[in-house]
Amino acid sequence: MSFHLILFLAFGAVCVGGAVNLLAQRHPINSALSLIAVMAALAGEYLLLGAEFVAAVQVIVYAGAIMVLFVFVIMLLNAGEEEETKGSRIALTLGVPGMLTSSVLMAWVVLRHSGTEAVAIGALPGHPIDIAQLLFHDFLLPFEVTSVLILIAIMGAVVLASKPDSGARKVD
Amino acid sequence: MSVGVFILVSVIKSALVLFILLTAVAYTVWLERKVVGHMQNRWGPTRVGPFGLLQPAADGLKFLFKEDLTPPHVYKPLFLAAPMMAVTFALTSIAVIPFGNSIPIFGYNIPLQITDLNIGLLLILGVTSMGVYGVALAGWSSNNKYSLLGGLRASAQMVSYEIALGLSLVGVLIQSGSFSLRAIVDAQGGRFLGFIPRWNIFHGQFIGFFIYLMAAYAETNRIPFDLPEAETELVAGYHTEYSSMKFAMFFMAEYANMITVACLATLLFFGGWHGPLFGPPLLEAVLPVFWFVAKVLCFLFLYIWVRGTLPRFRYDQLMSFGWKFLLPLAIANLVATAIAVAW
Repeated sequence: MSFHLILFLAFGAVCVGGAVNLLAQRHPINSALSLIAVMAALAGEYLLLGAEFVAAVQVIVYAGAIMVLFVFVIMLLNAGEEEETKGSRIALTLGVPGMLTSSVLMAWVVLRHSGTEAVAIGALPGHPIDIAQLLFHDFLLPFEVTSVLILIAIMGAVVLASKPDSGARKVD
Repeated sequence: MSVGVFILVSVIKSALVLFILLTAVAYTVWLERKVVGHMQNRWGPTRVGPFGLLQPAADGLKFLFKEDLTPPHVYKPLFLAAPMMAVTFALTSIAVIPFGNSIPIFGYNIPLQITDLNIGLLLILGVTSMGVYGVALAGWSSNNKYSLLGGLRASAQMVSYEIALGLSLVGVLIQSGSFSLRAIVDAQGGRFLGFIPRWNIFHGQFIGFFIYLMAAYAETNRIPFDLPEAETELVAGYHTEYSSMKFAMFFMAEYANMITVACLATLLFFGGWHGPLFGPPLLEAVLPVFWFVAKVLCFLFLYIWVRGTLPRFRYDQLMSFGWKFLLPLAIANLVATAIAVAW
């Protein structure tokens, strides 16, 4: 077993463990921290696959910015432990079969397509320069359109968050 | 280089760098007490050793032997984890910082850096953004309203200033065309007109440097941006409930972050280890490291100088300064650099 594979499996184990812990924990802040562990482990996996830039962005954006806001909200609302319910009927009747079906489907797809062309590590563009070439040259229009979309989303959030009467009154 | 030698060299380098960094952290505290003391017409530490030079050791022992209190209503797992997170993230970023060119030892060419990543700068930004958790979780888990307010302030402040910090560095990145800190420094070799060094600060990044400096001071929660621990309002902010070694860990994290910021300022804007080289071969080999350390020391002195000079911001001033002044200025600097490079 190569060193690479061992690391890959270790990060994968952290990832799955974190995801299970996210569901098992009762306190929201523990769940949020498990999600951070999942994000960080995913960054490790990206790094092992040769996608250094994606790994760094994963840490900066997801683990470092979005999850900070999650933790921030949990801290501000001072959310306590969740109360246990008797268990949702829908989760059992629909969730478990749905999960089984999707896992079988994914395994089938992976098995069907494995071995045809295994991609070597570093063969796909992962270097920052390659990504910049793709983003700002080959796919410039979709990239810019996406940024406009995000801008609209930000403006929508601002409109929703501002109080309806704050514009009418003059505040100094 | 075989795998065995590589691992051996990496372990030795990591241990050595960590040792130097922790010693530097201890002596930055000494320097701060000494310099601020003299600015306020006091002596600072003088009793332990000559010039109080053994004061850091005495402080370390004192922290170790103090009672480690855990208040009754804290959320224990995070109360314990928060200082560890703070110190871990603060020490991680030193891994990609180069101190000088490579030196030959036993036939191997060993670069003076733990590892040279082609995403080095992004790694530092990522680790810095993770550093928020130590402070925020410390504030929350202490179950104390002053701590919580400190933690909230810290996370809001660090998230806000991270944007200006990141944008101020993009100008340097455009000019050097790489995320690798070694490549960024290498791009700053040579001179303009035969005497002005080709450092980025003299190469159009003058404004970028000051944006970086201000944003970095806010990121490290130092005066004049030390609102998370403003003692006049919040007792001690997020570390109110901490004592003994756990308190010392927050202190270590703060000073390690200061050193990282000083190293980055040196590497990105002041040419890293570039400086006049002269003398016999041995001296010429050591001089780059000397220049690097000298520049870093200048920045650490500046940090302390600012602390001894400026009063603290008000919270709304802090936020409007970050969002309404620093961020637009950083964007303008980015656009101007991009136009200049494309010209």
